[in-house]
Amino acid sequence: MTVVKDYTGAKLGMWLFLFTEILLFGGLFLLYAAYLHRYPADFHLAGKELNVVLGATNTVVLISSSWLMALSISALQQGRVEQSKKLLLGTLACAGMFLVIKYFEWSAKIHHGIYPDSPELLARPAGEVMFFGLYYLMTGLHGLHVILGGGVITYAYVLILKGRVTPQDFVFLENAGLYWHLVDLVWIYLFPLFYLIA
Amino acid sequence: MASDHSAVSFFETQPGTRGGITSWIFSTDHKRIGIMYLWGIMGFFIVGMLLGFLIRMELIAPGRDIMDQQTYNVMFTLHGVIMIFLVVIPSIPAAFGNIFLPIQIGAEDVSFPRLNNFSWWLYVAGASLALVSLFTGNGPPDTGWTFYVPFSSNVTTTNVDVAVMAVFILGFSSILTGLNFVTTLHRLRAPGMTWTRMPLFCWSLYATGWIQILATPVLGITVLLIFAERMLGVGLFDPAKGGDPILYQHLFWIYSHPAVYIMILPAMGVISDVLPVFARRDIFGYKMIAFSSVMIAFAGSLVWAHHMFTSGMSDTAVLVFSFLTFVVAIPSAIKIFNWVSTLYKGSIYTDPPLWFALAFIFLFSIGGLTGLILGSAGTDIHVHDTYFVVGHFHYVIFGGLGFGLFSAMHYWFPKIFGRMYNMRTAKIACVIIFTGFNILYFPMLIMGLQGMPRRYYDYLPQYTFGHQVSTVGSWILVAGLLLMFWNLLQGSLRGRKCSGNPWGGASLEWQIPSPPPHHNFVTDPVVDRGPYDFRGVERDDCR
Amino acid sequence: MTEHHEEHHTVTYKLNSIIWGLLLVLTAITVAAAQFDFGFLNVVVAMTIATTKAGLVILFFMHLKYEKPLFKIIVFITFLLLAIAIGFTFFDLAYRN
Repeated sequence: MTVVKDYTGAKLGMWLFLFTEILLFGGLFLLYAAYLHRYPADFHLAGKELNVVLGATNTVVLISSSWLMALSISALQQGRVEQSKKLLLGTLACAGMFLVIKYFEWSAKIHHGIYPDSPELLARPAGEVMFFGLYYLMTGLHGLHVILGGGVITYAYVLILKGRVTPQDFVFLENAGLYWHLVDLVWIYLFPLFYLIA
Repeated sequence: MASDHSAVSFFETQPGTRGGITSWIFSTDHKRIGIMYLWGIMGFFIVGMLLGFLIRMELIAPGRDIMDQQTYNVMFTLHGVIMIFLVVIPSIPAAFGNIFLPIQIGAEDVSFPRLNNFSWWLYVAGASLALVSLFTGNGPPDTGWTFYVPFSSNVTTTNVDVAVMAVFILGFSSILTGLNFVTTLHRLRAPGMTWTRMPLFCWSLYATGWIQILATPVLGITVLLIFAERMLGVGLFDPAKGGDPILYQHLFWIYSHPAVYIMILPAMGVISDVLPVFARRDIFGYKMIAFSSVMIAFAGSLVWAHHMFTSGMSDTAVLVFSFLTFVVAIPSAIKIFNWVSTLYKGSIYTDPPLWFALAFIFLFSIGGLTGLILGSAGTDIHVHDTYFVVGHFHYVIFGGLGFGLFSAMHYWFPKIFGRMYNMRTAKIACVIIFTGFNILYFPMLIMGLQGMPRRYYDYLPQYTFGHQVSTVGSWILVAGLLLMFWNLLQGSLRGRKCSGNPWGGASLEWQIPSPPPHHNFVTDPVVDRGPYDFRGVERDDCR
Repeated sequence: MTEHHEEHHTVTYKLNSIIWGLLLVLTAITVAAAQFDFGFLNVVVAMTIATTKAGLVILFFMHLKYEKPLFKIIVFITFLLLAIAIGFTFFDLAYRN
């Protein structure tokens, strides 16, 4: 039996799912906008405490991972399966690097006693409490999506190995890519909002 | 018409496959998934109905009658959570949408059948988690279905954590259903099934699907934030830490106002499908009804803050959102006028689905008009958080969605089961439900205007008469509902057998056998006429 | 078995790499711009650059440029609704007493 796979349908479904992710983060962006509006000076001060170098490095890492992902899809479409697999591993390596850097950033902050509901943080002005609360929630949720995206990419890699994602049938990889780019997209906004607002 | 080899109904085991329970719970057949949703929804409807019944019993007289205050708080919270998240939101889309949307557009199944099954499992998981929240931790949540902060985040010790996770999962289930429908409608329409040849039920599900996709995630993040507040004490909504509780209300209603359109739009779609079939004429203003569904979906996402006029938000916002609320009344009114015009000069068959549809129009109109009183900021300040709101809400959601659901049940019943219920009993049940409904909810509107606050366990003696009338109404309503369910159950077991098209419908689901076979269509359908073109369509007899 | 007859547009390595370069340049610009104080324009500048970057990712990495018009419309609607949700909330926040 021949099944005609609906490529456009599969991609449409994936885009619709991405919209739900955009609005999920949208709720947090709304809160960010509200509290930036209310406490501009506190946000300014709190933002200065974040490490711009690490934030910028992570931005470069994530953008590069997106680039590798896009290349991997192009490679598979052109039938270069081995290259596509290598590029996917590169994407995964970037994802891992991002998480490691994030881990060090978080642990440094927590080490300084700055985490939600910590006495150190609560002693500060209200705006800084909001800033760091949002920082942890938004980068935390984003980090969760990095992990999920890494899982999806790993699965795509396995499917290529098993020959179920092929140069003729690559929509799964394309959708995994869409998801990964969304993760990048969110970070593109998170980076200036938290690190550069100072 | 179908040939013999495909005549095995989707209820029976497909030849050559193993039957049993796994052929249902892991089924990717949209019809089986729809039926499973239907059973779940009916089950929880009865649970929610009993909770409502107990609430009314407690309110029959001032003071303590059958339960204490805490139990009462839990009761109305559970009534709300179960009815909203387990019954009303999935109801028509997940049950009848699943069963009939693919058939109505001439498709074999939805775009993502496995995702559809997963979505049902999420519904089961969410429902189970909601049940778990009742018996673990410090007892069931007592926050009301709105989970308002700071009570839900900082005050109550009841099991809000598990309940909000249940809501999150149920929201995910709803998203996946919407996503599936939107993709299906874009990609799987049969040849000739243009957008303007789709039954209006599909149009309403299309608009609903978009709201499910774009609004539900905001609920997701909102309940996650409650969870985070309770676990971590971030303080985003805690004034003591610099947070703003009103922002919670914004987030909550950015979802939950559009959510009432998730509830009502599919019911409007059912009515738009039922009326022409029983009036035997083309729907009046097809394009306007289809367009108004999409308009409602869009305009409905601009009006959320009209739930918050007394919350302390700015006067400018009150003004803007009050104005926008009046705008959203326009597309609803367009539908009502077009429905009434459809009946004009029709040759009307007064069968039970039409009775429920007419009750819908009447009750939904009352709901809509009382909504204008709430939407106008001046009058809202008087009736905010009173029984007027409770009355309005039940007129819209029960009178609207509920009667739309009952209409759908009676309309598609012979298609699903291949049998017919007792028409006479169905009409009697409809009248009893309609009567009980009005006796139950109309006094609420009056008590609300007199100042009776909602969600109160006790009340001043002057409201006793109103509450007593209302409680008596609830008895009548429950009696009518039980009669209706009994009648449908009887009909499904030993009703007269019906052939494919007892109502003389012109849309595609009436052109296949009843119950539908495993594969919807033997040959791919080619559509060359509109869904309400009744020329040459006869009503089959039931034996 | 799978067969499909839909057209697939392949983005070349070269174009992908150009976009990558542009994104890196824009990242550098936004970091550099943050060293200057434009007053209330700080946020506007940062968000404009971020949106430009987001646009590049969506159009080229996510292939939206090569998709059917439907995809472009629904992406637009989604961002419009997000903007409405945040924007309309400011009818409240900007005018609180």
